[in-house]
Amino acid sequence: MGNMLANIFGTSPVQPLVNHVHISYKCVRELDGFFVAVIKGDWDSAVEYRNRITGFEHEADDLKKEIRLHLPKSLFMPVPREDLLELLLVQDKMANRAKDVSGIVLGRKMHIPPVIAAEFQEFVKRNVDASKQARKSVRELDELFTSGFRGAEVSLVESLLEELDAIETDTDDRQAALRASLFEIENEIAPVDVMFLYQVIELIGEIADMAERVGRRLELLLSH
Amino acid sequence: MEAQYIYIGLAAAFGLFMAWGIGANDVANAMATSVGSKALTIKQAILVAAVFEFLGAVLAGGAVTSTIRKGIVDADLLVNSPELLIYGMLASLLAAGTWLFIASKNGWPVSTTHSIVGAIVGFAAVGIGIEAVQWEQVATIVVSWIVSPLTAGLIAFLIYLSVQRLILTQEDPLTQAKRYVPVYIFFAGFTITLVTLLKGLKHVGLDLSLTNSYLLATGIAVLIAIVGFIFIQRIEPDPKAEQKQHFHTVERVFAVLMVVTACGMAFAHGSNDVANAIGPLAAVISVARSGIVGAESALPIWVLVIGGGGIVVGLATYGRHVIATVGEKITQLTPSRGFAAELAAATTIVIASGTGIPISTTHTLVGAVLGVGLARGIEAIDLRVVGRIFVSWVVTIPAGAFLAIIFFFILKTVLP
Repeated sequence: MGNMLANIFGTSPVQPLVNHVHISYKCVRELDGFFVAVIKGDWDSAVEYRNRITGFEHEADDLKKEIRLHLPKSLFMPVPREDLLELLLVQDKMANRAKDVSGIVLGRKMHIPPVIAAEFQEFVKRNVDASKQARKSVRELDELFTSGFRGAEVSLVESLLEELDAIETDTDDRQAALRASLFEIENEIAPVDVMFLYQVIELIGEIADMAERVGRRLELLLSH
Repeated sequence: MEAQYIYIGLAAAFGLFMAWGIGANDVANAMATSVGSKALTIKQAILVAAVFEFLGAVLAGGAVTSTIRKGIVDADLLVNSPELLIYGMLASLLAAGTWLFIASKNGWPVSTTHSIVGAIVGFAAVGIGIEAVQWEQVATIVVSWIVSPLTAGLIAFLIYLSVQRLILTQEDPLTQAKRYVPVYIFFAGFTITLVTLLKGLKHVGLDLSLTNSYLLATGIAVLIAIVGFIFIQRIEPDPKAEQKQHFHTVERVFAVLMVVTACGMAFAHGSNDVANAIGPLAAVISVARSGIVGAESALPIWVLVIGGGGIVVGLATYGRHVIATVGEKITQLTPSRGFAAELAAATTIVIASGTGIPISTTHTLVGAVLGVGLARGIEAIDLRVVGRIFVSWVVTIPAGAFLAIIFFFILKTVLP
């Protein structure tokens, strides 16, 4: 009978959003291994990592389109539709940055100066951590919806977001230190390569920035 | 009169078909959440529904059946031509059945109650005369169609708000749940039993005093709460499942409560909807037998039994598929949300049944769900469906009336 009760429920965006941030994180996570390969000069492995990154980024894009399709204006939710769409957008940007970075590095077969290699890898790892923390926070969406965005669950999420802020600040500090280290040796490297190194560092840093924006979007949801 | 057997036979056939349809389609709304949240297996759900639909129909369905049978059409005007009532009731059953068939083919959300009431008003107003309809009663009924979803929504809103405050937003929701859910179980059992005792059992010949009703309701409710408490104590947290979903164990506690409210919903549904199939049948029987439109004759119990039986058969044969299908789609209605909606709806419906007012049980449940949604309890509600439901309200009554008029004039010509 076009069952009224069944049809009254629209497609809930919560689980798809959680799935999306997971895929975005998986994409970013590949950068750890990617840069290990790059630093070693193992371009075959690097290509494999790059392919996986591209695959995940496409998956994230497809899921993003799906979610947008299933969030019509006629859907009545406890939080504004626009806020959820914005959250989706910044989640997606984490994966986009990862793809951009890997593309540039692979395309130029970039050489990471050994002097800064260790510092560089730590920097990458910290940005991946930020992305992981963002995913951890978004995973609480389900519980937030259940508790009506009130009470103990909110405190839990707020502490997760504080941690996320701390990680992002750490990446900012590391980025500054890395740029300083590069500055020390920049005259020994070809100018064009140096410029691209600076650019890549900045792009990687944006991953943590996007992760922090995910956190801010979540905070906005909490404030309703 | 040979004819009387034809009439009764036809009325019984159409009535049983309606009852079957009600069991097949509507009952799923009461039981689907329990199945979807794994509080009950499909077999258990069917058993529970069968028992409580039947009990609801027989114990508490009398008042609404009386209204459908003689509350809408003014009996006095038909003293000289009682066969018109027979034709009309048969026509109404046919009309309602046809309209429901058309609607289900097209996936429109229509209500059995609206269809049958619209049909009866239709044939009476046009087939006999405007004066034949007891417009005051009809007005009361129509007003209640608006009031019942709103009331259920308000009650569900308050119940779910209390659940959030007392349990879901607390530091240790599981402990709170184990503490408070037995109390909710008590209230669920108490409310539904009390309303039924106070209002509904007169047709079964059971008329308790006020004090006795309260005492009995309290007693039954305490019993149910104790049983529920025992089941709840057995529930231990499952660390792996908790990892994935914090409220997993809390919901299992609520699932016990859901079984109680599902029984309540099935009972309430039986009490109000059996009349849609059996009311016209009862009218036909009393006229065909006595030859007069006896407004005073009592409603025979066995008519309610037939109605209840038809619902159970529909439920057991086709209803199981609908329950499974609906159960998959309403996963957003977790036990904590589902119980709030079902308790609110069941209470509202049972009050209506006791007062003899036929309301749409499905609309009432939808109103309750919206109430939970307003308490920010539901992730996504499709408002377009709400819009479609309003449209179906407006369309069903004229459609049912129109079809009933056509069938009425056909039967008038064809039947002896």
